[in-house]
Amino acid sequence: MLGEVILRTEGLTKHYGGVHALEDADFEIRKGEHVAIMGDNGAGKSTFVRQITAVEQKTRGTIWFDGREVNFAGPLDAREAGIETVFQTLALADDLDVPDNLFLGREKVLFKLGKFSILDYRGMREATEEGLRKTAVKIPNLNNSIRNMSGGQRQCVAIARTATFRSKLTIMDEPTAALGVQETEQVENIIRTLKEAGEPLILISHNMRQVFDLVDRIIVFRRGRMVADLNKEETDGQDVVAYITGAKTQPQFADKAA
Amino acid sequence: MAKDKVRSQKGAHGIGGLKYDPSKRTRPQELNVFMALILIVVIFEALGWMVIGDSFLFNTRENVDGIFNVRRLRIIILQVSIIGIIAIGVTQVIILGGIDLSSGSIVGATAMIAMSFAQVAEVNGQPNPKGMFLEQGWVDLPVLVPVAIGLGCGVLAGFINGFFVAVTKIPPFIATLGMMVAARGVAKWWSKGQPISFPTDSYATIGSGMTPVVLFALLAILFYLIMKYTVYGKHTYAIGSNEDAARMSGIKVDRHKIIVYTIAGSLASLAAIVLSSKNLTAQAGMGIMYELDAIAMAVIGGISLSGGRGSIVGTVIGALIFGVIISGFTFLRLDAYYQEIFKGGIIVGAVVLDQWRQQRAART
Ligand SMILES: Nc1ncnc2c1ncn2[C@@H]1O[C@H](COP(=O)(O)OP(=O)(O)OP(=O)(O)O)[C@@H](O)[C@H]1O
Ligand SMILES: [Mg+2]
Repeated sequence: MLGEVILRTEGLTKHYGGVHALEDADFEIRKGEHVAIMGDNGAGKSTFVRQITAVEQKTRGTIWFDGREVNFAGPLDAREAGIETVFQTLALADDLDVPDNLFLGREKVLFKLGKFSILDYRGMREATEEGLRKTAVKIPNLNNSIRNMSGGQRQCVAIARTATFRSKLTIMDEPTAALGVQETEQVENIIRTLKEAGEPLILISHNMRQVFDLVDRIIVFRRGRMVADLNKEETDGQDVVAYITGAKTQPQFADKAA
Repeated sequence: MAKDKVRSQKGAHGIGGLKYDPSKRTRPQELNVFMALILIVVIFEALGWMVIGDSFLFNTRENVDGIFNVRRLRIIILQVSIIGIIAIGVTQVIILGGIDLSSGSIVGATAMIAMSFAQVAEVNGQPNPKGMFLEQGWVDLPVLVPVAIGLGCGVLAGFINGFFVAVTKIPPFIATLGMMVAARGVAKWWSKGQPISFPTDSYATIGSGMTPVVLFALLAILFYLIMKYTVYGKHTYAIGSNEDAARMSGIKVDRHKIIVYTIAGSLASLAAIVLSSKNLTAQAGMGIMYELDAIAMAVIGGISLSGGRGSIVGTVIGALIFGVIISGFTFLRLDAYYQEIFKGGIIVGAVVLDQWRQQRAART
């Protein structure tokens, strides 16, 4: 029941000076599909996300999104095209409160006047309460600045931000890294809701159980390269670990990853 | 009704057993600054009676009516209003996470250039002895001309600041330091060091009487509202708070920085127009150290030098504190040297206080 390809990359590469953080990633995800990216620290997972979302400009490679080749100039373009992202760094402004952060960069306005548009504080607050209810995130005071919140609450705000807006593709970079048991479960429920709604997702996670619970396909990155593309049904935890650590490499990636 | 609302908020957001009491909100920073202002006034009042046997705040003259020493209060706000206009712009730059060291020099350059287009043709029946553009016939021009040219100078200087900060990514400290030196050079070069005087009557009214105060008040209100209620303000706070997050959230950070620095430059040039009009003359040395005074007003007003925090209200109160201190020193007949030493002290003190506040906030 998977649809057509929503995102495809070919030869996606990012070098930071001499550091080859990402090399020749050929990646594909279909509508309705949930794909996990796994790999050790520094394997290039977040780098991959930053190239797709144009937070950084790629060294080379091609990206197709929603049926056409795209060259996003910046994160705003990616977002407007329909890619919602929870970054590993969360991308929250510490001195602003929850509604401000949820709507950062796409504020609701009462009165359009370019940069000097008047903010619709009330509308943003109500939408925030609605969004938080949907994600079952608990935050004592919405008007508190994010700085004073716990790591998990901050993470919840970042997740609520993507869940509040409709998107064509959602990317979550270690969304449950700092979360407690209950909150993790909530986030996983959000992900299941996305699955039911047929919305595609790229999930980066180190949590094997979570990955096997949630996704259809697992991609493994190692030292900046893709080394495996595994169907959940045809693999298991041990197998994935073998790819992560470098004990195994799939033949189709072997020449590149050598 | 109001009580219901409180309860529903608690219900919606009480985190696993934690209670939140909305009536116990943290005290706004501005209130602390305001208390400091009152405290300082009280100290000068006390010192006044102890040292010179006179009141700082209240009217003690028989021949004048009124409870307060209105003359002194007027001087205080008049004194701070011109630098206060600059401080409104500087505040925005600091909230953005930057710094602007060029305002004082922009004042100098703008004052010279604007004044040279605001001169009269004749003084006492003789051709204007200081007339820069007598030959070209650019005298007795409508007031709009020097004002527009003056504001243009500020826009240009601010834009250049913003451009270098945003596009070349050099530290704002360096970019605006360069502008500080260059704009002062322009101020000196414009008339080869000569003062420029004899403005038209209409130009002279811009800074006359209490107009600087009115302008300062209006601009303070305007930018208070803009910073609080518009996308511009929100993005300024967001960038100052976490520039990467702002960029990832899709804010066009570079463009925004250019706008903020340009506004700061424009406000500095507006201050220059008011100042040169008030003094009826412009000199190349005008506005020296104003940038530091403006930064001091902001810092005293609780604007965090690390960006993302503070408000125009804080800066306005900071400006008043600044004015009260200067006026208080004069009132106590202390030498100007002490004033400057003390001014240096309060700037450092305010920053130390800010650091301390941040560390405390991080701990709790
Ligand atoms: N801006 C940068 N400049 C230089 N090197 C960088 C930069 N960003 C990332 N790297 C390097 O690129 C490599 C890949 O980093 P990346 O953040 O993509 O890892 P990751 O797979 O997300 O790891 P983790 O699981 O720890 O999040 C690392 O070696 C990192 O040091
Ligand atoms: Mg990462």
